[in-house]
Amino acid sequence: MAEFNPLCPTPFSTDAKITLAHGSGGIPSAELVSKLFVPALKNKYLELLHDGAVFELGNSRLAFTTDSFVVKPIFFPGGDIGSLSVHGTVNDLAMCGARPLMLSLSFIIEEGFLMADLARIVKSISNACKDADVMVVTGDTKVVEKGSADGIFINTTGVGTVEYEGISPKAVRSGDNIILNGAIGLHGIAVMVAREGLNLETNVESDSAPLWGPVEKVLKSGAEVHCLRDATRGGLSSVLNEIASAANVGIEIWEDSIPVPEPVRGACEILGLDPLYIANEGRFLSFVASGGEDRAVDALRSHPLGRDARKIGRVTNDHKGSVVLRTNIGGRRVVLMASGELLPRIC
Amino acid sequence: MCLGVPGKVVKIEDNALGLRMGVVDFGGTKRETCLAYLDDVQEGDWVLVHIGFAISKIDEEKAKDAFDTLKEIGL
Amino acid sequence: MKYVDEYRGSEPVRKYIRAITDILHRDWTIMEVCGGQTHNIIKFGIDTLLPSKITLIHGPGCPVCVTPIEMLDKAVYIASQSEVIFCSFGDMLRVPGSEKNLITSRAEGADVRILYSPLDAIKIARESPDRKVVFFSVGFETTAPAVAMAIIQAKKLGIKNFSALVAHVLVPPALEAILSTPNLVLNGFLAPGHVSTVIGQGGYERITKKYRVPIVITGFEPLDILFGVYKLVKQLEEGRCEVENAYGRSARPEGNVLAQQAVDEVFEAADRKWRGIGVIPKSGLALRESYRDFDAESLFSLNGLTVEEPSECIAGYILQGLKKPNECTAFGTRCTPQRPLGAPMVSSEGACAAYFNYRRV
Repeated sequence: MAEFNPLCPTPFSTDAKITLAHGSGGIPSAELVSKLFVPALKNKYLELLHDGAVFELGNSRLAFTTDSFVVKPIFFPGGDIGSLSVHGTVNDLAMCGARPLMLSLSFIIEEGFLMADLARIVKSISNACKDADVMVVTGDTKVVEKGSADGIFINTTGVGTVEYEGISPKAVRSGDNIILNGAIGLHGIAVMVAREGLNLETNVESDSAPLWGPVEKVLKSGAEVHCLRDATRGGLSSVLNEIASAANVGIEIWEDSIPVPEPVRGACEILGLDPLYIANEGRFLSFVASGGEDRAVDALRSHPLGRDARKIGRVTNDHKGSVVLRTNIGGRRVVLMASGELLPRIC
Repeated sequence: MCLGVPGKVVKIEDNALGLRMGVVDFGGTKRETCLAYLDDVQEGDWVLVHIGFAISKIDEEKAKDAFDTLKEIGL
Repeated sequence: MKYVDEYRGSEPVRKYIRAITDILHRDWTIMEVCGGQTHNIIKFGIDTLLPSKITLIHGPGCPVCVTPIEMLDKAVYIASQSEVIFCSFGDMLRVPGSEKNLITSRAEGADVRILYSPLDAIKIARESPDRKVVFFSVGFETTAPAVAMAIIQAKKLGIKNFSALVAHVLVPPALEAILSTPNLVLNGFLAPGHVSTVIGQGGYERITKKYRVPIVITGFEPLDILFGVYKLVKQLEEGRCEVENAYGRSARPEGNVLAQQAVDEVFEAADRKWRGIGVIPKSGLALRESYRDFDAESLFSLNGLTVEEPSECIAGYILQGLKKPNECTAFGTRCTPQRPLGAPMVSSEGACAAYFNYRRV
């Protein structure tokens, strides 16, 4: 432990050590990527900063992505770390306009982890793969000493074939409509409530789901789709800011269009959280050229994972790089990315 | 300061610590809440909760004050 | 959500803007005391909807912001003791101490847990009898009754491994200190609705009589704030000077007597240092002698420690309403929510954080 020196008032640096904020999907996470990873690993694929990398192999265009899963608790209402590890990766492929095909599956397990829990997770992975129509084709398992990993960590890497070209943040332009496939905040609240410490009780279940189904509906609807992005850690605010920044456009969203389930609202009110910052695992945004939005919404609504789809905003040439919210009372304010870990507040 | 959230009392019982406790429903999310600071609260009442404690019972009549005033001034 | 949504409707909000504009003839400067009110004013853009004759200034009603730097240092020190489970509200985790904050402590291995209610800390103490559970007790009069109850329960149950690091502050002494600030132009207060729910009106009546400044007890939703502003402006235009209640659905004239009694049993008024302002006499709470066994500062021998503030942070001026956050040379550049120099940028309801997060287009 560092020596306690109460008389030294020098400002400290938050970046000397990795903190939970670096994994929360907000500004510190983005800085880790832009200031450490990209400069060291520079290449044309990485610099696009999209959910997956798209490249050619022979006559095919493939999409390739990876994701790691560390969720606690590992079992939560509506899913578990296993189903999440399938959905997370297939969804990143879907956001590239790619049909997910195959996954690799890698476990890092802490000594002492219950075999029954592992079996339950594997069964869940199996079910999720069937649902998503993908196969686990290769894998790896490591076991570490007690205390070196928190139960279990999973990494999945996925490959898919690109069936729709040109889906990327760089294709977004002014006039595009922003369509959301359903109500937000479910996953983050379900997980937060399932953790010890807050003692909340709710029937909120994670929205974790494979999204190629509804994505394909949008892509086949006849609307011109410029970009797709799923809203995971950091919530809607993160995704919208990332796109505004990557595409150098302004984004305007309307508070009264964004569906938030009552129990999620209740939990957010109690904890002092904003639903725009809460994680989702089955929600994505479609950026659709003007004129095609109705077709896209109708197509989404024909799928079980898009029943509540609606337009929530539009892309503009004003306030480029910023996301602006029109509030319920008619005011306007800028929506920033989360500045770190999402903490409940009492004040 | 002081996030206070209105919720509906759905259950009342004394807990293991000997405190009057209740379950309060906030739009479908429920929390165990200490009712010890309200001397007359029934199931079905609406209360204002701060950090797990009900600090007041919502007065349904006074809840309309802001709207009544608008009517009085003809707006 | 009932008792929430009806106070966020655009139509009644517009009507109150109209009502305020209709009765307004002179310039008035109003302070909203509570950080939660500041947060919502900026978040909903209420200050941009009000006529320009009304100037809103932001008061020190953010207990997180006014917690002195040495309190954070004490918290960090206690949290770093291996036998300690350090429990805190989420708000306090990012507030900078001299060297670290509680998040850094946690990253270095301290057992820091975020709780919603102090009763949860009692549960943890019972479940972990071999550890020392310390609760970081920060807040105004709204929060004190909950902590008081937790301590009363701990004493009743004979719990020996629980203590509280007490940093509670009181609103009426803060209002008096503000009213004694030289160079401050201030015509009236919007008093904090939830503090008032606990303490009632009496404390404000004394202030109104002594300083001839009207006070309106006000809630937090957009309509509540505008109703409060309307009543206050009406008083000012009519030359009245009273305590009025615009939050009747929760606040009663007598307040919550049971809560007051519990606080009175456990705590007594004490001089307290407010970050950026200095010591305000009898403006805080300290544990009474009969409950001193639960005082973490004594148990860990940390009484009497003081620390200087970093000079670039002008929190003091902001908390007294003398400057706005965007008048600070470090605002948004050297001081941001991720790398804050002072507490008002960290606390989600601090004026600086509110200005930064809810920037105008």
